[in-house]
Amino acid sequence: MLQQLEGSRAVAETVARCRPEVVCAYPISPQTHIIEAIGAMVKDGRLAPCEFINVESEYAAMSVSIGASAAGARTYTATASQGLLFMIEAVYNAAGLGLPVVMTLANRAIGAPINIWNDHSDAMAVRDAGWIQLFAETNQEAADLHVQAFRLAETLSVPVMVCMDGFILTHAVEAVDLIDQAVVDSFLPPYEPRQVLDPDDPVSIGAMVGPEAFEEVRYLAHLRQLDALELIPEVAEEFAALTGRVSGGLLHPYRLEDADTVIVAMGSVLGTIKDAVDARRGAGERVGVLGVTAFRPFPVAAVADALAGARRVIVVEKAFSLGMGGVLATDVATASPASGHDLATVVAGLGGRPITRRDVEGILERSAQGTLPRLSFLNLDDDVVARERARMAASRRSGPFAENVLRDLATGGAHR
Amino acid sequence: MFQVRIHGRGGQGVVTAAELLAVAAFDTGRHAQAFPSFGSERTGAPVVSYCRIDDHEIRTREPIDEPDAVIVQDVTLLHRVDLFGGLAPSGFVLVNSSQPLEDLGLGELVGRLPSGHLAGCPATELALAHVGRPVPNVPLLGAFCALTGEVPLEALARALRHRFAHEVAERNVAAATIAFDLVRDHEEARRAPTA
Repeated sequence: MLQQLEGSRAVAETVARCRPEVVCAYPISPQTHIIEAIGAMVKDGRLAPCEFINVESEYAAMSVSIGASAAGARTYTATASQGLLFMIEAVYNAAGLGLPVVMTLANRAIGAPINIWNDHSDAMAVRDAGWIQLFAETNQEAADLHVQAFRLAETLSVPVMVCMDGFILTHAVEAVDLIDQAVVDSFLPPYEPRQVLDPDDPVSIGAMVGPEAFEEVRYLAHLRQLDALELIPEVAEEFAALTGRVSGGLLHPYRLEDADTVIVAMGSVLGTIKDAVDARRGAGERVGVLGVTAFRPFPVAAVADALAGARRVIVVEKAFSLGMGGVLATDVATASPASGHDLATVVAGLGGRPITRRDVEGILERSAQGTLPRLSFLNLDDDVVARERARMAASRRSGPFAENVLRDLATGGAHR
Repeated sequence: MFQVRIHGRGGQGVVTAAELLAVAAFDTGRHAQAFPSFGSERTGAPVVSYCRIDDHEIRTREPIDEPDAVIVQDVTLLHRVDLFGGLAPSGFVLVNSSQPLEDLGLGELVGRLPSGHLAGCPATELALAHVGRPVPNVPLLGAFCALTGEVPLEALARALRHRFAHEVAERNVAAATIAFDLVRDHEEARRAPTA
C-alpha cells in the first residue's frame, strides 16, 4: 500500500520485514531515525525474534555485526560519515571474512571541516573494501534495495551497503509502497550460512594467511564481486516480477536512445537531472542520463554498452579524490572505449550544496558549447578561493583556512 | 506544482508542518514531497522546511527557491532572514501574528501581492489555548488551507489524527479549524461590499 512516509521510516519498516536476528548500531546523523525506529520495533516486540545490541561506538557496531553474522544470524547495521571511518577496519574484515552483513549508509560528507550534510565522500572512502555498494535514487528504491541486499549478501556471502543520500532521502517524506511481509518471505529464504561458528561442528574463521595464499584468497573475493555483476540484475528482475517495481539492477538508463550527450550520476540527484534532461529534450537536444545503481562491483561492460553511442559524457559526482579528480569518473573512463567520447567531470553537491535543475541545464549548455572543462567544480566561489590564496601568500601565519573562509564570507570579503 | 517554504525556529514544529502538509496532500490523491533544511539541530535556531504538491510524480530534489507560498512561524525572523526571496508574483504569505502585516513592516509585500493572498494568524495563542503548548505549526496549516485552498481542512484533520494520539490529535484539529475559520471569515469580510 502506498503511504506518505519519511525515508528513514520506510527503510526501518522494510528492514524489519527482512527479519534480521541481530541489529547493532551506533547513532549518527543522518542515519539516526532509521536506527531509532528499528530499536523501537525490537522493544515493542513488532520485530521478533531480534536482538538489538547497544554498543559504545561504530567500531564495536561493526565488530558485533561480524560476530553475529559469523554465528549464523541475519545481521543489519547502519552508519554515516565519520561513523563509517571509525569502523573501517571492521568494514574490511566483514568483507574479507565473507560475512553477509547488510548496512545502510546515510551518505554524508567527511571532515575536516566537520559537516553533517550530504555528499558521497563516505561511500567512496570504502570503495575498495570488498562490499557491494548500491545507490538509491528514491526512497522507494532505498527501501526495496534492502530486501535485495539481504538476498544478494546471503547468496554470495558478501556484505552489502545500501547508500542513500543523507537528509535528501533519509529525511524526505514522500510516497513509498512498503513491501508485504509475505512477498519478502517468498523472496528472502531463511539465511543458510556458508560458514558458521557452531559448537557442534567447530571451525575457525579468520586465519592468518601469508604470501603463499593471500593473493588467491583476495582473488576469490574479487570473483565473488564479479558473480555479483551477474546476480544483481537477476535479483532485480525477480523483484520486479513480484512487486511490479523497477528497483536496483546495475544501471538506470534514461532517454539514452539516440543521445549524443549523457550525464552519469548516482543517487537522489538523478531525479533533478531527469527533469533537466526532459527540459532540454523538449528543446530538441539529444541528451540522456545514466544512473549508476551498482557502484561496486562496477559494471564496466554494461556502462561501456550504455555509453557506446555518446559523443560527450559528463560525470556529475558528489565526491572527488583530492589531487586527482572524479572517482566515479575514473571508473567511467575505464569503461569508455579508447577512441570514444569526450569525458568531463563536474564535482557537485559537496557538503550539502544544492544541485538545481538550472545548474544541470547550465552544465549541458557549456558541454554543447565546448566550454565545459575536463574537471570543474559546480558553483565554486572563485573569489573566496582567490582571497584565501592571497592571504596564504601574504603571511606565513595565515591561520586555519576553513575559519578564514567563513570569516571572509561573513564580512563580504573584508577579512584580511 | 505548488511549492511551500516554511520558516521558523527549532522546536516550533517547522519540519513536522511540512510533513503534515505532504501527508494531507497525499491523502487527497496528489503527489507530495516534504523535506527539511537542517543545520545542526538546536532549539531556537532558524529552520526551513519545504513541501511540494503536484498532480504528477515529483523527481526534483533541489531546495525551493521560488515558492508559491511562504509560512512564517516566528515573527522575530522578519527582516533578519530572507524569508520572501523568490516568492511568486501571485504567491501567498502567512505570518504567525495577530498584528496587521503592515505594522510588521510588510507593507511592501501587502502592496505587491494580490489581495487575499496574505494573512496573519495568532497561531501561538491558538496553540497555547487548544493544544497547551506554544507550537504554532498546526494552526498555521489550518490557516494555510483557508488561504490557498491547496489542501482541504478535512485532509489536514486526517493527517493530524494519523500522526498524533487521540486527545492530542483532537486538540490540534480544533486549533487548526479555528485558524481556518479566522482566515476564511476575514477574507469573506474583506470581500463583502461595505454598506
